[in-house]
Amino acid sequence: MSGYPEIFRVLAYIVGTLAFVGLNAAFLVWLERKVAGHIQRRIGPKEVGPFGIIQSLADGIKLMSKQLVVPERADGLLYRLAPLMTMTTAIMVFVTIPFGPALVARDLNLGMLVIFAFASVNVLALLLAGWGSNNKYSVISATRAVSQNVAYEVPMLITVATMVMIVGTMNLNEIVGQQGNLLQWKIFPWNGSVMLPVAFLIFFICALAETNRAPFDLGEAESELVAGFHTEYGGMGFGLFFLGEYAYVFVGCALTSIFFLGGWQCPLGWAPGVHWLLIKTYLLVFVVMWIRWTFPRTTIYGLLNLSWKVLVPFALVNLIVTAALLKVF
Amino acid sequence: MGTENLQHPPVVHFATLDKLLNLGRANSLWPLTFGLACCAIEMMATGASRFDLDRFGIGVFRPAPKQADVMIVAGTISKKMAPAIVTLYEQMPHPKWVIAMGNCAISGGPFKFEGQYGIVEGADKILPVDIYIPGCPPRPEALIEGLLLLEEKLTGSRRWPRVEPQ
Repeated sequence: MSGYPEIFRVLAYIVGTLAFVGLNAAFLVWLERKVAGHIQRRIGPKEVGPFGIIQSLADGIKLMSKQLVVPERADGLLYRLAPLMTMTTAIMVFVTIPFGPALVARDLNLGMLVIFAFASVNVLALLLAGWGSNNKYSVISATRAVSQNVAYEVPMLITVATMVMIVGTMNLNEIVGQQGNLLQWKIFPWNGSVMLPVAFLIFFICALAETNRAPFDLGEAESELVAGFHTEYGGMGFGLFFLGEYAYVFVGCALTSIFFLGGWQCPLGWAPGVHWLLIKTYLLVFVVMWIRWTFPRTTIYGLLNLSWKVLVPFALVNLIVTAALLKVF
Repeated sequence: MGTENLQHPPVVHFATLDKLLNLGRANSLWPLTFGLACCAIEMMATGASRFDLDRFGIGVFRPAPKQADVMIVAGTISKKMAPAIVTLYEQMPHPKWVIAMGNCAISGGPFKFEGQYGIVEGADKILPVDIYIPGCPPRPEALIEGLLLLEEKLTGSRRWPRVEPQ
């Protein structure tokens, strides 16, 4: 890890992450529209390029060349700051994600903590966007997004604490290193605690809710709140919010696969590498889209009740049972 | 083209860049989600599974005017509704286009008679209309043809060969 100046590593990380976030969003927008189309017995984008794959490029050109409008009575600074903030945190969470055995920007001891810390700041960006636009729908949507994120961070972090007790480290690369083949994946109940499948479900549901995806997209409920916190954002401001959202979808699914599905390890233990993390993550992303286009949106009360009355008790039981099992055996 | 709606057209034109931008815009025309009367039902049918506007990249109906590019005026414009429609149009960022869908949006249609007091006789009385789609209501194929005409207006070339009427 030495032999070249530190600045090259930082540059490689910034360029690589920006390129990855952009390409990831372009691919996921196209995939989302294709999945939505096929689930609704349509075809989805097909005329712009073969199978419509350059549809996202056309959308990007269009968004970048739109007129920039700042609403007259908006708070100009916060209004301009919010999309940048959501993008900055989205890029920062990629610092400690281990794409491969050696392919990680910074192999920190507390890598997991860094990701959750920066992901929490994203909520502040949504709040600033809603507050700065001076639009009543944006403010309602921002408060909803904040209450939802606060509610779902509790069971998510309790589950993560359980996982840390089992694996005994907060370094994501070491967590992956413990899951050499299919039978050692932490989703299975014989790898530390009988509650592990429950932990997987809780974590995945919380990841869905944290990224504001349907059926938990109360923040941008079109039927009630026009377009939610980005009602007043057009052009690339809106585009940045979507880049950030898809980056977070990727990060949520990548974390799920790192914790429970073995990250960059091959299920059969042959050839670990980047491709396995990408395959597992994009399969989970597909499940996220499948859920989005299958289930209707919940209500805000149903959403909060699910968190405080179902997920938090289950996460606590999971914590206690796991602690007891670790103590006894 | 494409910038002709601007009140202050750009001083300098970059030919190739403008072509690229217009190609991008033509392939990602996001309509504003709103309907005024029965033509809106045909518009919904055009977006749904049998006709599928998303094939052309048009299927992203945006609820917020800040994110929309095309305003499809689908239906009768009553005089009470006209100020709201003008507000929505003014909230859309440039470049933006308007499609008048159906006879009511073209001229007032069946509601135009001497002494009527309720409706605006045509969307072009209040908005700069780019494409007119006749019909009462127009079929989804006609709306698709109208959107393809708008793409042709932007890029100068036709996506599919034109079908001659028999």
